[in-house]
Amino acid sequence: MTALTTTGWWRDESREPLRRNLGLIGVLVALFGIGAIIRPDLYGDPQWVVDNTLVILQQAAAIGVVTVGMTFVIIGGGIDLSVGALIALAGVWSTTVATQSFGAGGMIFTAIIVGVLAGLVNGVLIAYGRLVPFIATLAMLVAARGLAAQISGKQTQVSNDQFINGLASSKVLGIPSLVLVLLAVAGLGWVLLNRTTFGRRTVAIGGNQEAARLAGINVRRHTMLLYALSGLCCGIAAIMLTSLATSSQAAAAELYELDAIAAAIIGGTLLSGGRGTVTGSLIGVVVFATITNLFAIANLPTEVQNMVKGGIIVFAVLVQQLKFKSVKQLLTRT
Amino acid sequence: MATRRNMLLGGAVLGALAAAGCTSNETPSGNAQTKGPDAGNPNAAPGKKITIGFSAPAADHGWIAAITNNAKAQAATYSDVTFKQVEAGKDAAAQRAVLETLIAEKPDVIVLLPHDGKELNAFGLKAMNAGIPVVNLDRAFPDALAYRCQIKGDNYGMGVAAGHYIGKALKAKNIASPIIGEIAGMDELELTQERSQGFKAALATYGFTVANRRAARFTADTGQKEAQNLLQALPKMDALWNHDDDQGIGVLAAINAASRNEFLMVGGAGSKKAIEDIAGDKSVLKATVTYSPSMASSAISLARLIGQNKGMADLVELQVPKEVILASETITKENAQTYLKLGF
Repeated sequence: MTALTTTGWWRDESREPLRRNLGLIGVLVALFGIGAIIRPDLYGDPQWVVDNTLVILQQAAAIGVVTVGMTFVIIGGGIDLSVGALIALAGVWSTTVATQSFGAGGMIFTAIIVGVLAGLVNGVLIAYGRLVPFIATLAMLVAARGLAAQISGKQTQVSNDQFINGLASSKVLGIPSLVLVLLAVAGLGWVLLNRTTFGRRTVAIGGNQEAARLAGINVRRHTMLLYALSGLCCGIAAIMLTSLATSSQAAAAELYELDAIAAAIIGGTLLSGGRGTVTGSLIGVVVFATITNLFAIANLPTEVQNMVKGGIIVFAVLVQQLKFKSVKQLLTRT
Repeated sequence: MATRRNMLLGGAVLGALAAAGCTSNETPSGNAQTKGPDAGNPNAAPGKKITIGFSAPAADHGWIAAITNNAKAQAATYSDVTFKQVEAGKDAAAQRAVLETLIAEKPDVIVLLPHDGKELNAFGLKAMNAGIPVVNLDRAFPDALAYRCQIKGDNYGMGVAAGHYIGKALKAKNIASPIIGEIAGMDELELTQERSQGFKAALATYGFTVANRRAARFTADTGQKEAQNLLQALPKMDALWNHDDDQGIGVLAAINAASRNEFLMVGGAGSKKAIEDIAGDKSVLKATVTYSPSMASSAISLARLIGQNKGMADLVELQVPKEVILASETITKENAQTYLKLGF
C-alpha cells in the first residue's frame, strides 16, 4: 500500500487510524496542560501525577472493556444499546446471596455466563429474528434492567467476597489489577480484530453485508457471535464494577452504552460499520476518563463536564470528515 | 471439531443452569420499620374498617424500595386496615393513569408518593374533590387544597445537620481553615440542591466552606467514581459529607482502596449498613444524618387516623395535623444502637 502512494504518512489513507490516535493523544496532552495550569501544586508533584494517571486508567478500565466489545459490534455494522443494562444484570446476578455462597469463582462465572447468554439473545434476535439492532438491544436494555431490579429486590447488593472486593485495590508491579484486565482484554481484542479471520470477517460484514454473504461468510452466525462477544465484555465489566463499588445494583452502569459508543466514535470507529480500531476506542475511553478526572480536580460541576463531553464528540466527528475531504469539499457538500 | 463445539455448548448450558440456580436472594432485608399498636394508646383499639390506597414510584433504589415495604408492613399491623397498592409505573403520566382507577374504587384514604409533586398536584385535587382524603408523602404537592395531610422529610435540614456535625467536630479539633469535601446525589433534583444549600449554610456559621463538590447518581458505582476523583483533587481532607448511604458503599470502597483515613465522613439517609459501620467505628464514617423511609409507616398510621376520624392521641387537637415534617436526626456511635431498628 505504501509503495503505491508517493504521499506522506499524513495523507496516506491506510495511516488514517495512526493520525487519529496521535490527534487524541494530543488532546490528552492538552488536558494535562490545562490541569497543570489550574492546579500547579498537584501537577508539580511527580508522585501525585503517577497516582492520578493510574486512577484515570482504573476509571477507564470497566468502560474500556465494554468499549472493546462495542467496537466489534459497530465495526460489524451493528449497535449494542444494552451494555449498561447487561452489566447491571450480570452484576446483580453475581452478587445475590446464593451466588456469593459459591465464592469468587462462582461470582465471576455467573457474571460471564449471564453476560454471554444475554448477548446471545441479542444476537439471535438480530441475526435470525431479523430485528434491527437498535430495536433488539433497546428491548434488552429495558428488559435486563427490569430483571435486575426483580432479582435484587431493588436493593443495593453488597459483595462480601474478599477476593472480589480486594481486586480493585490490588496492584501487580505497581499497576492496578483492573488496568491489567483492561490491557489483557484490549490485547486479545486487537489480535482478534487484526490477526484472525474472525476479525477480517467482522470488517467485511460491516463494510458490505451482501458482498460478505456472497463471499461465503456465514453472516448470521457471525453477527450473533459479535453480540455474544459484547455480552462477554459486559460480564467481565460487571465483575470489575462490583469490585470497585464492593456492591452491585439494578441502576449500576447507568448510560454506559452511550459512553462506550461515544468513546468508539471519537476513537475513529465508523458508526455505519466496516472501519475502526481497538486502540482508537481505548484512547477514546481514556480521553473521557481524563476529562471527568480533570473536572473533579478543577471542582467544576458535572453539567459543564457533560457539555464539554458533547462538544468533544461533535468535534471529533467533524475532524473525521475533514480528514477524508478537503475543507472546501466539507463546506460545499450537499 | 464437532465434539469440541458440543463440549462448549454443553458447558454453556450447564453454566446457564448453574446461573439460574443463583437468583435466590435470601438477604435478611425484610425488617421493615413499623410500630405496632401500643396497649396504652387509645388509638390502638381496632376502629372502623377502612381501605387505604397506596401508590409510590417503582424503585431501583434502596430508599424508595423501603418506602413501599414500610407502608405495606405498617398496614399489616392494623386489623382494621385493608391495604390496596397500585403500581405507579415509570413516570408521572403512568402514575396518573393508575390513580384514576384507584379513585373509581373509592378507598377511604389515599397515601401517595408522587413521581413529581407538581405534575400530580391535579390528581390530589381531584381525589380531594371526590371526597377521598389524600396523605401526600415526601414529594410535596404545591397546592394545599390537594392534600389532607402532608408528611415529608427535611432535605435542607439534612444538610444543616451534616454541616453542624462537621462544624462542631472540626472546631473541637481546632482546625482553623479545614478542607471539606461533598459528594452530592443526582444534581438535577431539587432535593439535592436543598441538601447542599443547608450544608453550605450550616458550615458558614462556623466560617467554613466546601472545597470541592462532586455529584454522583445515588448508585454505588458512581459514588466510587466521584469519590476516587475527589480524593485526587484533595490530597488532604478534614471532612467529607456524602448525601446518600447507598452511594456511600462505593464512596467508602474508594476511600479504603486509597488507604485514606485522615478525615471524618458523614453519610446521609441512614441505611442499616451505614448505621452498623458507625456503631462498629471501623471506618472514616463517623455519623449519618437521617432522611428516613420510616415516614411511609407513619403516613399509613396518619391515613388510618384520618380515615377513622381520629386525632393523634398525645395532641390536644381532635384531628390529624395538616403537615408533618420529620426532623433530620444525627446518628453517631453513641446512639447507633437505638437507631439500628430504623435502618433500611
